[in-house]
Amino acid sequence: MRFIDPHIHMSARTTDDYERMAAAGIVALIEPAFWLGQPRTQVGSYIDYMSSLVGWERFRAAQFGIHHYCTIGLNSKEANNEALAEQVLEVLPRYLVKEGVVAVGEIGYDDQTPVEDKYYRAQLALAKEFDMLVQVHTPHRDKKSGTLRSMEVAVEMGVKPEHVVIDHNNEETVQDVLDRGFWAAFTIYPNTKMGNERMVEVARKYGSNRIFIDSSADWGVSDPLAVPKTARLMLDRGIPTRDVEAICYGNALKAFGQSGQMKEEHWLNPAPIDQRMLFEGNSVLRGQTPRVGEPAIVERIDAVVFK
Amino acid sequence: MSPALLLEQWLDSRLQANARTWLADAVQRLRNGGDSDLYRSVSLVTRRIGKADLALSAAEMKQANVARAGWDPGDWSLDQAARIYLLLVSGTDGATFLRRLDQLCNTADVGELVAFYRGLPLYPDQPRYVLRAAEGIRTNMKAVFEAVAHRNPYPAEQLSEPAWNQMVLKTLFIGSTLHPIVGLDRRANPVLARMACNYAHERWAAGRPISPELWRCVGPHASGEMLRDLGRVLEKGTDPERKAAALALASSPDPAAIGLLRAYPELSSAVSENKVSWQTLAGAI
Repeated sequence: MRFIDPHIHMSARTTDDYERMAAAGIVALIEPAFWLGQPRTQVGSYIDYMSSLVGWERFRAAQFGIHHYCTIGLNSKEANNEALAEQVLEVLPRYLVKEGVVAVGEIGYDDQTPVEDKYYRAQLALAKEFDMLVQVHTPHRDKKSGTLRSMEVAVEMGVKPEHVVIDHNNEETVQDVLDRGFWAAFTIYPNTKMGNERMVEVARKYGSNRIFIDSSADWGVSDPLAVPKTARLMLDRGIPTRDVEAICYGNALKAFGQSGQMKEEHWLNPAPIDQRMLFEGNSVLRGQTPRVGEPAIVERIDAVVFK
Repeated sequence: MSPALLLEQWLDSRLQANARTWLADAVQRLRNGGDSDLYRSVSLVTRRIGKADLALSAAEMKQANVARAGWDPGDWSLDQAARIYLLLVSGTDGATFLRRLDQLCNTADVGELVAFYRGLPLYPDQPRYVLRAAEGIRTNMKAVFEAVAHRNPYPAEQLSEPAWNQMVLKTLFIGSTLHPIVGLDRRANPVLARMACNYAHERWAAGRPISPELWRCVGPHASGEMLRDLGRVLEKGTDPERKAAALALASSPDPAAIGLLRAYPELSSAVSENKVSWQTLAGAI
């Protein structure tokens, strides 16, 4: 089984993680632009960060055979620094149009301040202008009302629900998200917030329609193997294979594939130039025929987890 | 015909209608536009034009070399051609060009960086880009490094000897190949020969393999201990390594080198009869 992790902050992760992710069958990931753990104070560090998402981190992932995509945007925390926010918004368009940028994200509310609202709306407007998808981070505190508000404002700004991924859902938010026609992503955390046992029951209750999962692994305690592990648990607990494949691969591809920047053929049959430029360690160089199909992966998660 | 005009022709004959229209519009916008028009258009290239190989014919390759001696776009892609084309037609003086290039490189993705560095030999007022080339060489991304170092006449023409030596040594260090480096033989020098031998000693001490290509840097300036190194490879090396050592010794002006080589008549005649060359050796690596 192949997996996609559509929300993971690889800049904060080591090559050990990349190795394990590749071995576990993750073929592609999406890294949203986010904050660094402590606030940036200069637009320059924002610029360099975004450059690294489309530069070094994309290259680094490729060395492990993993296709790296990203979302670009001003996150909700740093939106609160208005002077910085203004400068970042000015630079964003330069990155939005780049290859492999699948959406404006991760944007939304953190504390739900007026300033956060201002820049959420401004970026929704940008998404409309550039005809892009939106990846929404829902607040961890006061989540239910924050999620509802995120969706209402998106609709108000003229963005179509099917172009918006609402992330970090839980049992309290999912019904509304699905009812309103948005994509519902769930982040699987190891200890706090939504865990994979609960996810199994969400899958059982709601099926796989417009639902997918991610790890949001970052610089904190998190698990970059959350997606394959949850898949394993779902299978063990009797969730139909078809649903597991959709929740752990197909739906993320469908949702973000609407951007035209993320396609299954990228990893099933990489373009010659990508073979030459990025995937040297994992495919073929110097005139040999490109390898079609996935690299040998360890199917059983146990072997990866307890290796 | 100028490089820009050639690029325009090649793109025109290869692009689909909507891509061609978009490119023409982008060029129009550049005429009256500023920096941000250039930056946005350059980034949009992959979405609007794609990344298929440029796939030049032999005739087109010849035209390239005539337009700019040493220009070798044989393995360029459409997006690279289009990006460099946009840069060239934004029609500015060297100072503005450099300023914009630096801005573009500072916010580039991997594909863009490769394009910008491949375009080095075509930019106005060539010496201006030496520091930019050095940045390219400093990269951790092999593809970007090779965009500067391989099939690119710029380094051999413009880099100082120390910068050149560092580039060649890094090529070996990161497991890239030497044969696509333009001007490799012309810019051989004693310092590089010494650096290469020292690197060989490190590899021997670590019990790790050495690229046979390394000796190409040593041969023309081999003397003293370096000759002993070559002798050692000649005696104990793998088959490709022995061929490399023979080639290197054959290129040495030192009479002792000829003596060493004479002890291996088969290799010696293989070299003098051109049955083994750096090109054939490269094919085997």
